[in-house]
Order: sequence, then C-alpha cells, then structure tokens
Amino acid sequence: MTPRPQTPSQTIGPFFHVAITSAGPVTVGAGDGPLLHGRVIDGAGAAVGDSLVEVWDGTHFGRCHTDAEGWYSFQLPAPSTPSSDQAPYLAVSVFARGLLGRLMTRCYLPANEAAPTADPLLRSLPDDLKATLLAAADSDALRFDIHLQGEHETVFLAV
Amino acid sequence: MGEVEKTGPLYGPTDVDPSEADLTRQAHGEPLGERIIVTGRVLNGDGTPVPNVLVEIWQANAAGRYAHQGDQHPAPLDANFHGAGRCVTDARGEYRFVSIKPGAYPWRNHHNAWRPAHIHFSLFGRNFTERLITQMYFPGDPLFALDPIFNSVPAEGRDLMVSTFDIEVTEPEWALGYRWDIVLRGQRATPMER
Repeated sequence: MTPRPQTPSQTIGPFFHVAITSAGPVTVGAGDGPLLHGRVIDGAGAAVGDSLVEVWDGTHFGRCHTDAEGWYSFQLPAPSTPSSDQAPYLAVSVFARGLLGRLMTRCYLPANEAAPTADPLLRSLPDDLKATLLAAADSDALRFDIHLQGEHETVFLAV
Repeated sequence: MGEVEKTGPLYGPTDVDPSEADLTRQAHGEPLGERIIVTGRVLNGDGTPVPNVLVEIWQANAAGRYAHQGDQHPAPLDANFHGAGRCVTDARGEYRFVSIKPGAYPWRNHHNAWRPAHIHFSLFGRNFTERLITQMYFPGDPLFALDPIFNSVPAEGRDLMVSTFDIEVTEPEWALGYRWDIVLRGQRATPMER
C-alpha cells in the first residue's frame, strides 16, 4: 500500500447544527451518573457560543453544542468502580468556528485521592496546569470549563 | 496514548438509513441547483480502506445559503434542501452522497470575503484520535487564492481538500460526479501537551 498524506482539518464553522443537533443536557450511555457541565471560554474570557464538545469514556460517546453563554452539559453514565491506581477520565474534543482544527484534552473525574498521582499525564504536569484537567464538584454536578487560550488555558494534547 | 483514546465510538451499516445519503430527497420536491454525486474512499495513512466510518456532511444550498437561522446572507432559501446527510463507509471504505452543488457565499471576514464552494465533512475513525472535521472543495475554484480558511492549511496540503471531477462517477442525464478520498491520521505515538 502506498503511504498517503493525512487529509487536513478545517474549521467546523458556524453552521454545523444543520447536521449535528445536540443541545444539552446530552445523555451519555444510561445517563444514571453525575451531570457534567461547563463553559467554553476564549482567550479574552468571552463565551464561545457555537462550539461542539465531544466526550468519550472508552464505551460511551456524547456530543453537545454550547449555548449562547458557552455552556455544554452531559448526563454521564454511573462511573464504573475504578481500580486503585487509575484516574478515570473522559477524552474530550472541542471544535469551534474560530479553531482551524480540533482541540483534544481530558476531563478527569473524581476518584480516590491516590489516582491523580499515579496517572502519567497528570503526574507530568505542575499543579496549576493539572487543575485545568480536573472536573470539580459544583453543587450536585461536576464542573469542567474549557479555556481555549489565555492565562487559564486548558492543557490540550497533541493530535 | 491512553487506553481511552485508543478506542472510539464504532458504527455500522444499520446505524444510518441509506436514504440519508441523498440530500436531494429530504423534502417533497427536488432542490434547485446542479445535481452532484460525491464519492470516495476513507483510507488509513498506509492506504488501507477503512470500513464502518460514520461520515456526516453539511453544506449551503445552490444559492450559497445554509438552512440555519444564523445565516443572514440575503440569498434564497430552498424549502426542498436542508443540506445535511450521512452515511457509513462500506467494506471497501467507500462513501457516496447525492446532493446539489453548493454556492459560494460572503462571510464578512474582511472586505468582499467569499468562501469557495465547499461541503463540510465530519468523520469518526476507529479511535478517538482519528476524529476529523474538514471541508471538501471543488476543482478550479477562483476563490481559493483569496480564502483564509482554505489557505490556513500549508500549501502542500491544500490539494488534498479538493475533489476531482470524474466522468466515471458522473451519471448520464442525471448528475455530475466528483471523487474525493479522505485519509485519516491513524495511530501515532503518545499524545503530548501541545
């Protein structure tokens, strides 16, 4: 087989809703777990109102477009019991009209206290960057904001 | 790469109705415009066809207007064209859509800014890292040189986004045919912080 160069990414643009309808809260799997919500925020601190957030936990997939205030929300499945040294996380993609391609990150879900120190990615990050990948308890939900740029920029992974 | 990113949502032929690949038959009547067939293969970086990829598309109508409330371009809407479709690649990695050729449209990015005609493509590969959203263009568009989105890709990659006219795909007395192969990134090394 002849090696072929990868097809380049292009921006999702502002009109993807005609094909991808996904207003929150989006049920992921059985949806019998916590609500995960957050905002997508640009470098100037403004809401990104027409971005698409996708989550994948290894079994279940969900995608949600942000509302005018930048909010997305997922009703997650109940977490499986994590092993003692594993930090459960969602693989996360963000697409937005201001982005040429996809941004990929992780949203780590609350687990036992030892888990974050055992995870290779979290272990490699200083505390302030690590914090950008951790979902935080927010009343009876989990909060995970995604900062595309700026002082609080989320750690994104090379795709 | 983590264990989670090594997998992704999987699809199969039963997840999509075959009629969803024909954007000219989503309403009571036929949409206006130049009827087209867009087909091609989804491939790995080594050229291997990838079956069971969910391919979703969306596009403007023949006049350059999206059926979207956010599109304020004063071109006519077409009640017979919603502009969205999807299909799953077959055992040979092939997808095929019937649609109408989208029009160019202005987008106010700068003075007299016009997007070349394009179709948005969204693909799920076999794992989370292969996820791709891109745009397919039509050959010879005079707007290529003027479009910052097309030119956001390094020069050597731009041709990879342009379909080719194909008389073999074209159907007599029916529709013009365009062929466009899509190459997914495949598995690579551990994701690193950007």
